[in-house]
Amino acid sequence: MFSRAYRAVVTVPPLLWVTVFLLIPYALMFCYSFWMVSTSQTIVHSWSLANYRQLLTVDVYWQTLLRSMWIAARVMLFSLLLGYPLAYFLSFYAGAKKDLFYQLVIIPLWVSYLVRAYAWKTILGSDGVLNTLLQYVHLTKHPLEFLLYSPFAVVLTLTHIYTPFTFLPIYASLEHIPRNLVEASSDLGASPAQTFWRVIFPLSIPGVLAGATFAFVLSLGDFLAPLLLGGPSGIMISNIVVSLFGAAYNWPLGAAISLCMLVLVVSLLFVSERLEKKWSFS
Amino acid sequence: MEFLVSATNGSTRGSRWLLLHSVFVFAFLYLPIAVLIVYSFNGAGVGGFPPRNLTLDWYRTLFSDGAIWESVGNSLIVAAVAVVIALGLGIPAALALDRAQFPGKALFRRVVLLPLILPGIITGLSLLMLFNEASIKLSLLTIVLGHGTALISVATTEVFAGLQKLDRAQEEASLDLGANYWQTFLRVTLPNLRLSIIGAALLIFTLSMDEIAVSFFLIGRDNTLPLEIWGRLRRGITPEINAISTIIFVFSLVAIVLWYRLRRSAEGSPEVAAELIETAVQGAES
Repeated sequence: MFSRAYRAVVTVPPLLWVTVFLLIPYALMFCYSFWMVSTSQTIVHSWSLANYRQLLTVDVYWQTLLRSMWIAARVMLFSLLLGYPLAYFLSFYAGAKKDLFYQLVIIPLWVSYLVRAYAWKTILGSDGVLNTLLQYVHLTKHPLEFLLYSPFAVVLTLTHIYTPFTFLPIYASLEHIPRNLVEASSDLGASPAQTFWRVIFPLSIPGVLAGATFAFVLSLGDFLAPLLLGGPSGIMISNIVVSLFGAAYNWPLGAAISLCMLVLVVSLLFVSERLEKKWSFS
Repeated sequence: MEFLVSATNGSTRGSRWLLLHSVFVFAFLYLPIAVLIVYSFNGAGVGGFPPRNLTLDWYRTLFSDGAIWESVGNSLIVAAVAVVIALGLGIPAALALDRAQFPGKALFRRVVLLPLILPGIITGLSLLMLFNEASIKLSLLTIVLGHGTALISVATTEVFAGLQKLDRAQEEASLDLGANYWQTFLRVTLPNLRLSIIGAALLIFTLSMDEIAVSFFLIGRDNTLPLEIWGRLRRGITPEINAISTIIFVFSLVAIVLWYRLRRSAEGSPEVAAELIETAVQGAES
């Protein structure tokens, strides 16, 4: 029913824009990762695998990548542990207050990411809210130093940020479960626990996968929370990239690391999508 | 608590634990926000329990702080232009995905949505390399281009979802009755997509106002608000940050309430954000 002209008008501008501002930049990132910085601090367009060799041989790069993945995995796990029961409670037990509670989960998302990370810094610092509170009630005599500038602080903050994001798709998938399935299960004699593990949980897996992927991928690439709260032991892979694009001035090496991240993220998305297809029943 | 009694399945004990857990999660989500607001009134600065010497001084300092307000102005401009770019390309992109066939359509869909799930650093750096190769000087313009490009994903997802619910017969009728495509788009398609578009615009505006990971690499001389805050955080913490954040939070709350009213009057589902995440991870199903 739509003419060729109509189709061309809606297709061509977005296609051009996406090519110029997304596809070409990704391709450039790919090219950069094979280039080099000369001794006179300019980028030379000569092709080599030197950057990738460096990634494999210099310990700090892959160790930091592993640490970032470990931090991201913990964030993902804690977000699921916090978000899933919350979603389950809202969907199955909150009754008429459902919408209100749902909005209450969303509202923190409207407070800037940076500002929330900063708020955690003021809570966890050595003369922060938590430490002075603990001393005020005489639970501790000296400030607890491990709270801030540690991987703990990064995991805590990122969990705080990604819990609502993990909650959302889980809640949506729970809401889509036909309630008569649950009733049928209990009518047929299943205990509440059996109903949960054999009916409800399997049907919510696509939501769990979406939420988990989101939390993992976005915390993996985070560099602001580590800069603000991580200290030397909380450095993540993106912090290395930031310094390579800044003071350390080695864009090509930075591009190589970014490209590895890009490939990692896209493969994760691919796997997650496959798994979701497998687990969706509709 | 009365809603617990009406629970239809599960033991009461189980639901008690769930309630307790939920209270804990809400406390966890709101603790930093509460701290933020309380300490914006704390005369003794950020941190230190209990808060003492409640004062409005930080708000006074904030209102006479030119640099912050300049950055707020910059952020508002950037967000407004980002909305125009993202909608200007996102609406046609959604229409294209909904009703046109072209080679590379599947790839196009994925690439458009990618910035939604990709860590901001990748979007930011790849654009930085583009601007560097093209010898474009970094400024608010490069930030606007970055935000606009990254947020086309939001506009496309929202409008595409709206198109799925749209009744094609209305457009057919309009065309049959002699209206041309442009008239049909303006008088039939667009009004039907009104809610999706307003929703997308609000979301894009907010996301742009808050964006820092992409802006971090594309910033020129003029700061946006998050980058101004970032700069100050690196120098030390000041309750002025709490004050500006509190003000923005209050504005956001008003926006949420207005949006919720609008949406409720039009009987929409409140699951926009959830759809967005699922689409981000799965790629939109057509």
